[in-house]
Amino acid sequence: MLQITEGSHAVAEAVKLCRPQVVSAYPITPQTHIVERLAEMVADGDLNGEYICVESEFSALSSCVGASAAGSRVYSATTSQGLAFMAEVVFNAAGMRLPIVMTIANRALGAPLNIWNDQQDSIFLRDSGWMQIYGEDAQEAMDLHFIAYKLAERHDVLLPCFVCLDGFIVSHTFEPVDIPSQKEIDEFLPAFNPLHRLDAKNPMSFGMYATPDCYQEFRYEINAAMTRAKAAYCEIAAEFKAKFGRDYTGLVEGYRLEDAETAIVAMGSICGTAKDAIDEMRDAGEKVGLLKIRSFRPFPSEEVRTALKGVKNIAVIEKNISIGSRMLGAVGLEVKDAVYKDSPNIFSYVGGLGGRDIRKRDIKQIVQWAKEGRNDCFFGLREELLK
Amino acid sequence: MTAAELIAMAAFKSNVYSQAFPAFGVERRGAPVQAFVRFDDRKIRLRSQIYEPDYIIVQDITLLKDVNVFAGLKEGGIAVINTEKDVENVPAGVKILKINATKIALEVLGLPIENTTLMGAFAAATGEISLDALKASLNERFAGPLAEKNIRAAETAYNIVKGEM
Repeated sequence: MLQITEGSHAVAEAVKLCRPQVVSAYPITPQTHIVERLAEMVADGDLNGEYICVESEFSALSSCVGASAAGSRVYSATTSQGLAFMAEVVFNAAGMRLPIVMTIANRALGAPLNIWNDQQDSIFLRDSGWMQIYGEDAQEAMDLHFIAYKLAERHDVLLPCFVCLDGFIVSHTFEPVDIPSQKEIDEFLPAFNPLHRLDAKNPMSFGMYATPDCYQEFRYEINAAMTRAKAAYCEIAAEFKAKFGRDYTGLVEGYRLEDAETAIVAMGSICGTAKDAIDEMRDAGEKVGLLKIRSFRPFPSEEVRTALKGVKNIAVIEKNISIGSRMLGAVGLEVKDAVYKDSPNIFSYVGGLGGRDIRKRDIKQIVQWAKEGRNDCFFGLREELLK
Repeated sequence: MTAAELIAMAAFKSNVYSQAFPAFGVERRGAPVQAFVRFDDRKIRLRSQIYEPDYIIVQDITLLKDVNVFAGLKEGGIAVINTEKDVENVPAGVKILKINATKIALEVLGLPIENTTLMGAFAAATGEISLDALKASLNERFAGPLAEKNIRAAETAYNIVKGEM
């Protein structure tokens, strides 16, 4: 049954339903409402787990690493500077193959200090070995947590996962969501069954020293697991759809792409605004569609290529900038790699940084630019502020 | 933001999709903020701020000096303003609905927090949310005597506006 709630609270409900045994997080805007609510749930006895109040994000994820290695289902959430602060542990958690799920309420990185949304924070940990999946709205952000735990904990995957939602735009918006029952989630998501765990009776180590004669094999294995995660995701999402009816079965999702000559590619909440803009452009006779990237890691190159087959112009909306890269945006680089053999025109358009609002008219302008072959650039720039 | 949330909640209880969000500014009570609400018969996908509202609610009249609160308001739009004073520079085609929400809030709640009072005025002025849906959302949001007081504040404003219409 639909009920109206804040995106952050929907996420907190989802986390509660996943029955984490340890939650460890440090509050930071715009993630705060998620962890405040979880702390309340633990204090009220609604969530039967341990909430560890730590002094920093570094400790938040470090305690998650310990608890996960001990065989617990664990949860954290952060954003922006907090994620940057825990970066060392982010790599360690992946390297130790710990299936931690962490919500990223996406926010810009300083300096200058900015609390608003873009996707620079999760993108900068692209190569860390964490899976990264992006929700468009509160419902999807919530549901991806159920899928994320099941995926992360699969023995052929065993990788941690970011569930990303756009800070404020999704985290602080009130909208209707359908929250599953505990019984349904218990049926979908069984208790964590660790393949390896810290156990005094059967001692083993996690994250030990690896010399040149074996380090590289660890990196090979983690990449192989990330590759296997694609099929694993699709199986789990299909199971989710069969049980709950909501369809997240694709690592990417097309919208009105049939016969499209121009496609927008985007991640996260901007996909909603893009769909409305596309409907208006379609009504005006323009052949335009959207490819939503749901999983940025693993990156679904084959699926992107298949979905964009026959499209002449591709406009990638980038809420990040890979500074110094010719193509500007991290998503565009991946998309271009996926489709280069089909030789479409493909451009990265960077915008919405630090919370700048993106409107339907911006989307329409980008589509026009791609059709005209306008090169990779920023959109929505305030020229008067530039030297 | 509280008013926007409560309006979205009441609209949702009237069986339409709704969405409420702040303009993500300074996170403390009393700072000037904007919040937005959308209603629709179908799921709302649009995430941008609202630039051409059908209605505006102004909680603090002092903002009128610094901000053009009427910017983008559609022709035939309604502005519910917390004041008894005359409002200047009103664009043509805009209907102004004045209500001293602070006075009602002080009388009923004992505090100058006008969210629920202005909700009552908005419901009466626009007909977008029913008094019943409004009461139901206040009952969900607040408990016990606080719910009763807020319902009384909303109802008082609702009846004043209805009486003037």
